[in-house]
Amino acid sequence: MTLPPILAALRKHKSGVVLITLQIALTLAIVCNAVFIIGQRVATVQRPTGMDEQNLFLIQQQIVNAPTGNDAASLERRYAMLRSDLMTLRGLPDVASAAPVRSLPLLQSSNNGGVGLQPNQDHSTATTTFYGGDEDLLKTLGVRLVAGRNFTASEITHDDRGGDWQPPVAIVTRALADQLFPAGDALGKTVYFNGGAVPTTIIGIVARLQTPNVGWGSDYNWNSTLLPTFPNDTYTRTAVRAKPGQLDAAMRDARQALVAANPQRVIRNGFAGFIGIYPYSDIRARAYRADIGMALLMGVICLVLLCVTGAGIVGLTSFWVGQRRRQIGIRRALGATRTDILRYFQAENLLIAGMGVALGAALAVGLNLWLMQQFAMDRMSLLYVLAGVVALLALGQGAVLAPALRASRVSPVEATRSV
Amino acid sequence: MFAYYLDLALRSLKRNKVLTALMILAIAVGIGASMTTLTVMHLLSGDPLPGRSQQIFYPQVDATPAGYAKGGPLDMLDYHSAVDLWSAHRADRQALIANSEVKVRTPDVSLPPLMVPMLATTSDFFAMFKVPFRYGSAWTAADAASRARVAVISSDLNDRLFGGADSVGKILRLKDSDVRIVGVLQTWRPSPLFYDVRAGRFAEGQTSSFYDKPEDVFMPFFSGLEVNAGNFWQFTCWGKVATPGHLQDAPCVWVALWVQLDDATKVADYRAFIASYAQQQKALGRFASTQTRMPSLMQWLVFNHVVPSDVKLQTWLAFAFLAICLFNVIGLLLAKFLRRSSEIGVRRALGASRGAIFAQCLVEAGVVGVVGGIGGWLRTLTGLWLVRRQPVEYADLAHLDLGMFGLTFAVAVAASLAAGFLPALRASGVAPALQLKTL
Repeated sequence: MTLPPILAALRKHKSGVVLITLQIALTLAIVCNAVFIIGQRVATVQRPTGMDEQNLFLIQQQIVNAPTGNDAASLERRYAMLRSDLMTLRGLPDVASAAPVRSLPLLQSSNNGGVGLQPNQDHSTATTTFYGGDEDLLKTLGVRLVAGRNFTASEITHDDRGGDWQPPVAIVTRALADQLFPAGDALGKTVYFNGGAVPTTIIGIVARLQTPNVGWGSDYNWNSTLLPTFPNDTYTRTAVRAKPGQLDAAMRDARQALVAANPQRVIRNGFAGFIGIYPYSDIRARAYRADIGMALLMGVICLVLLCVTGAGIVGLTSFWVGQRRRQIGIRRALGATRTDILRYFQAENLLIAGMGVALGAALAVGLNLWLMQQFAMDRMSLLYVLAGVVALLALGQGAVLAPALRASRVSPVEATRSV
Repeated sequence: MFAYYLDLALRSLKRNKVLTALMILAIAVGIGASMTTLTVMHLLSGDPLPGRSQQIFYPQVDATPAGYAKGGPLDMLDYHSAVDLWSAHRADRQALIANSEVKVRTPDVSLPPLMVPMLATTSDFFAMFKVPFRYGSAWTAADAASRARVAVISSDLNDRLFGGADSVGKILRLKDSDVRIVGVLQTWRPSPLFYDVRAGRFAEGQTSSFYDKPEDVFMPFFSGLEVNAGNFWQFTCWGKVATPGHLQDAPCVWVALWVQLDDATKVADYRAFIASYAQQQKALGRFASTQTRMPSLMQWLVFNHVVPSDVKLQTWLAFAFLAICLFNVIGLLLAKFLRRSSEIGVRRALGASRGAIFAQCLVEAGVVGVVGGIGGWLRTLTGLWLVRRQPVEYADLAHLDLGMFGLTFAVAVAASLAAGFLPALRASGVAPALQLKTL
């Protein structure tokens, strides 16, 4: 099979060839970038939070009959009620551990602030999110302590409703420690939170713990600080770790036991998902819904695009076959085999698709550069383009097969027939 | 002649059903995708306050220490500047706003307490932003001056607490105070929730929260600050907060001021007023910088990039998608028309003009467009239904209005006519003699 006859035939169908080339080029450009976006979103969604997420669930509830004031008596009374709830949960047979929490990674409810190295520092050295809990917090979340020690029970305070309370000790993530003390000697050092003058000593460093927000503050995703504070409010959150494989049973028992201990509470699922008992997988799914939605949408668009382009190739080639029946008949009468005819259409398609993917590869890179500029996207690896080129060439060959086979079945007798 | 062309077009389309279906499907899919995203885009980038937005401005001054706010004033005001500017009453209307979350209970209704968003604002807010009332009305200036414990609630909260009945005069317990309801809003859903828009340029395109619902409780500014003291959120601070949540004297910005200025002179006067205020405060030593800014409402929305970048990306993608579908249709129509060259040759030889052939081909393309448009409209409805099921704040807004409905068909027919143009031109250029010779 030689090229000149194919080129001569294509010259007769310039507009058709240009159109199908452009279509293949645009399809390649969009599919490459869409798959790249899917890859990025999937990578975002799969980032580990630093916790052991299996068997973890969260109870968010409101204690209705607790005092609401901030005076010492109310604080103590409320703490006693929260404490007794915690004891109830810890006593359940399927519960491994439980801890009061202010927030959790991906929960989209956060208290963030600055960390400085000097008292009353004007501009903080790093930004962090604040988690609060008691001495069982690390164990319950399954966060790995890499240096220093955990809080002791005597360090836990409970006269706090949230806000800028500055404790004498704190545990930070490795990422935050390295940002504050690049020399890697953060353990035992003193820091000041939110531009204050009260010193806080770093007593422990954990490997990794993500912040509660996924969209906002992505520049400090891994800067977390754990404070030894038992959140003392009528609206409370408790993280609970079930014994392996006992998640459902533990969630069911927790609800029953809490209601039995004090029915004056709101724990039904409701109020826009702020109250209720949720496995951690629900929290993760909720946080990344938009990313998963976008990835799915891109996937559907890719699929439909490839189908449309494939169908376009089938349609156009079918017309060309129909148009050239006489010429095919003549070639067959002059001795061309069926395989020759088949190969002819396959080669023709390869040529057109080759031009399309060459143009499309350039377009794909250009589109990625434009997206980088407009939407702060990362640079796309050329492997995506390469995979796209292979996929579209394969699509072209697949689409051309049926019409080409039909062409190869044209009988030599056609040469003698007029249209 | 049109009826004849229509008949010819239908015959021709019926001859190859698979290909016709393919063309229609391509148009329908392309239109469906692009109109879905365009509708969402249209909803999100629209004017939240039609007829009034040109008169609404967002004055900003800078109370931060020297060198702190390098890129212009911060997004909100400190308490003292905001109250100074507001109490000067230099604008036609003016409203202070501060956000917080408040605990709500009702003495009459045995429901558990709720945490709902509350807006502390001044009485002009409702008239200035054309907020519709279902029952009662806004509080009066006298109520505000006497620090009366009154509130306006959203229709949503009214439904939740009172089953939608007229609750004016009823008592709500907000945090630890009893507050009388003076007004209930009608369903009010500005898109975006423009008066709470801020910090958009730091949000990295994740701005769908700007399309959230309005607050559930509205209270007079100063009594609201008293009732929910300790729960106010700062936008940002440049120093230590002595008592968190009590921000009146804190080095923080957390209050916003919106003003209505009815003509250009008043706008110029107000700009001069805030500039002189900044000068005066600098002379007093309270300000380090005299920078001011006063964007109009729409400028402020643009400054904050309110349309989420995911939505923009989807719109671009959808239109590229439509382009591919159109290339597909052009290719198919071209092949289809040129395949009928001999038929066209006969018509030309019998006296049909080039124009007539061109019109005949365009009618055929138009038929594909109309049917594709109907398919595209169905797909748009499906697409919007999918958007409504998405977990984003603007989901409940995604509906096809009459304008977009018409536009869907217009785009579909225009797209298929554009797609038919080149093939029809080529078909009308067929030389009759050449075709007749091969017959």
